[in-house]
Amino acid sequence: MITFDRVTKRYPDGTVAVDDLSLEVPTGGITVFVGPSGCGKTTSLRMINRMIDPSEGRVLLDGVDVTTVDPPTLRRGIGYVIQQAGLFPHRKIVDNVATVPQLLGWDRRKARDRAMELLERVGLDTGLANRYPFQLSGGQQQRVGVARALAADPPVLLMDEPFSAVDPIVRASLQDELLRLQAELHKTIVFVTHDIDEAVKLGDRVAVLQVGGHLAQLDDPATLLARPADGFVQEFLGRDRGIRRLSFVPGEGLRLRDDLTVPVSADVASARGTAEPWLAVVGPDGGPLGWAATSGLPKSGTFEAVPLAPYGTFVRGRDSLRAALDAALLSPSGNAIAVDDSGRAEGVVTREVLDEALVLAAREASRVAGETRAGEGPGEAGGAREAADGR
Amino acid sequence: MNWLTDFFGDPAHWSGPDGIPARLLEHLAFSAAALLLAALIALPLGLWIGHTGRGAYFIVATVNVARAIPTLGLLVLFVLLLGTTTVWPVLIPLVALAAPPILVNTYEGVRGVDPDLRDAAYGMGLRGGQVLGRVLVPVALPLILLGLRLSAVQVVATTTVAAYAGLGGLGRFIIDGLATKDYASVAGGAVLVVLFALAVQLLFTLAQRTAVSPGVSRRQRVR
Repeated sequence: MITFDRVTKRYPDGTVAVDDLSLEVPTGGITVFVGPSGCGKTTSLRMINRMIDPSEGRVLLDGVDVTTVDPPTLRRGIGYVIQQAGLFPHRKIVDNVATVPQLLGWDRRKARDRAMELLERVGLDTGLANRYPFQLSGGQQQRVGVARALAADPPVLLMDEPFSAVDPIVRASLQDELLRLQAELHKTIVFVTHDIDEAVKLGDRVAVLQVGGHLAQLDDPATLLARPADGFVQEFLGRDRGIRRLSFVPGEGLRLRDDLTVPVSADVASARGTAEPWLAVVGPDGGPLGWAATSGLPKSGTFEAVPLAPYGTFVRGRDSLRAALDAALLSPSGNAIAVDDSGRAEGVVTREVLDEALVLAAREASRVAGETRAGEGPGEAGGAREAADGR
Repeated sequence: MNWLTDFFGDPAHWSGPDGIPARLLEHLAFSAAALLLAALIALPLGLWIGHTGRGAYFIVATVNVARAIPTLGLLVLFVLLLGTTTVWPVLIPLVALAAPPILVNTYEGVRGVDPDLRDAAYGMGLRGGQVLGRVLVPVALPLILLGLRLSAVQVVATTTVAAYAGLGGLGRFIIDGLATKDYASVAGGAVLVVLFALAVQLLFTLAQRTAVSPGVSRRQRVR
């Protein structure tokens, strides 16, 4: 566990980067520090591995004040990933990854083996091991950065805007990769970003910091979205808060209907007389093919000959209510096709079922929000204006 | 081109203490000694100032002054001060000539390393010396070698002035030739100095190829 105990960082010119910060970073989870530039998120992160020392207060790592530990010794036990990866350009990928094990005095063979293992683990082809950093793409370099930070198996990982310099598609895959790794490794991760969507996606807990180094709110992402502590947080969270919160409502409880799917090999006659305007057509492998309008069916033949409209799917055991809603919005029927992990259609979730789920989610959100004291609600515009001026 | 064949074709020029091989060796010895001394002073100083950022003003001040000093003038001054019994009147001006390019390029090379790289190195737990030795120097090596090469070529060309102090080197062919109006000797000596300088240039280019990591010089290697 990492504890910030009334930490303040003040520079000689009077600038206060971090102002009386107290929070706990629990072991084995991802805690995200998020906020606009100048909010002290990076400064706070760097006080954990003593790249910066606090002016007042203490940072404790498992109960030990970090300023009592020799910085290089401390840092070798803490993984560190930075924005541009910061790979050593003169060393091959494998040697970059083996940096900390070598500092710790592992023998060459063991350090190398470990480096190769980690390259695989972060999803890189081990054929890249003997390349130099400049021969890799930005996304690959960032993966190497993560592998390098994990090389000596440190319990704590500090990540300072690690994915902000890559394009959105690569960023999304790096984020997924991090979540996958974390599910295996259970590191204590402190992750700094200015991107609230990234914070909400990755964080078990999200600390929103305000310009001047002041902690505005610390909560799990669902609570954060449902109940912003003040106008600043609300504004920082941005638009579509309600929709985004649905990402944290599981979609697995949604009732399925199995009478709205039809195999592509079925005779159209079987669908004649149904009151349903749309049927989901399923291919021989069980995967959905599209929606067929029952009003325009030919007189005879199978569904092979029927023109199909586009569709959306969500994975029932895994995806959120938001994904289910999105799937419904992609279909002319307004219904979502539920699939299993292998992509086979399990059934259809109708608009009515989604509607009930949305109402339940909305009730839950307002119940949580109702716990805030009157007058402190998220509707306060004054705070938002103040926050905007403060930037 | 007769004078060239006159000079290089004369077997007397190829043996004895004032023959080409002996003069070449003297020239090499002076140049090498001057470069070595300059490097011993300028390299550590450049590394230290570049790494710590302390004393950068020192670089600007000394280097500009040093560059303004004419080597020949300095030589005459030290000959007057120290006489011609030792090599120092020659070595000191040559060192003063060789040190600035090494100092400036080493300093700029180390200082110019991407701050993110420095940050990553410290963040992973390298100590100050390790950051310098394992990261900054290898990354700054192309500039450091450039400084050494510039110095070496300048020193090789300028060691010619050793002959003014009555010392050896290829300058003797030029100085003595001028005194005796033996222009073949002057031209031959000049050609030798140029060839020597070119050889030094080549040597450093090769050193650069082998010493600098392909990851820094960004040479694509076919694998």
